[in-house]
Amino acid sequence: MHEFTPLTGALGGALIGLAAALLLALNGRIAGISGIVGGLLPPRAGDALWRLLFVLGLALGALLVRLYSGAPLAVPVESSTFTLVLGGLLVGFGTRLGSGCTSGHGICGLARLSPRSLVAVLTFMASAMLTVFALRHALGGGS
Amino acid sequence: MNLAALAVGVLFGLGLAISGMLNPAKVLGFLDIAGPWDPTLAVVMAAGLGVNAIAYRLTMRRASPVLAVAFQVPARRDIDVRLVLGSVLFGVGWALAGICPGPALASLGAGAWEGGGAFEPRILIFVAAMLAGMGLFAFFEQAGSPARR
Repeated sequence: MHEFTPLTGALGGALIGLAAALLLALNGRIAGISGIVGGLLPPRAGDALWRLLFVLGLALGALLVRLYSGAPLAVPVESSTFTLVLGGLLVGFGTRLGSGCTSGHGICGLARLSPRSLVAVLTFMASAMLTVFALRHALGGGS
Repeated sequence: MNLAALAVGVLFGLGLAISGMLNPAKVLGFLDIAGPWDPTLAVVMAAGLGVNAIAYRLTMRRASPVLAVAFQVPARRDIDVRLVLGSVLFGVGWALAGICPGPALASLGAGAWEGGGAFEPRILIFVAAMLAGMGLFAFFEQAGSPARR
């Protein structure tokens, strides 16, 4: 249903990698989204503004692509409200307990050859693939 | 330093949007290895990882970052229960909606509300639940959870 798009994938991925590289080189910080946002809960004096601005930048970057392309990005959120709430809770809690998400462990941790990040990436990839398999194939129904 | 964070955030958001990773269906197409598999997410990660891995080696030759006092890089190398359990839970949540933290927040600026023509802030539900999950973790941490080591 969805086509393999290696060129835009590689270009976008390279930009993400460049962003992660720059955040470390300039500010000395790891570009892990869950860590950056989690550090705001609760916010600490002198440590909150850069986190908020980074998140604002994320949305602005996507908005720029949205404006340039002139058409809505393909971001249909088709999941039910229950799925969104449960998924969001698990993503929020899980990434904090596991010290990172796709960006922090995947793009940053693996680049540092961190054994913790390798275990984390293999674990969440396997857990996500098994869950999708269970929902789409084993249980037979579409979500 | 704050301006750098904003600029880097924009770059990150551009990358996410261009790569197609703001589309949950595309992410789920990667995770669904038994379906018509879409390997795009693997390409995105490989490209990001490749660029960052090279840059990391160059950056770490410096004594300190350009705009800050010191590098704040995790030093732990031990594998513990929290790392694995947290990653399992994250994987399940990621698979449920096809959304992880970066795309969730970037989607707030991508016009996710335009689905169906009317104002439909579906992504906000996910972002709110995600923040609640993070807040819950912070609460348990502060309360001194039994999982603490």
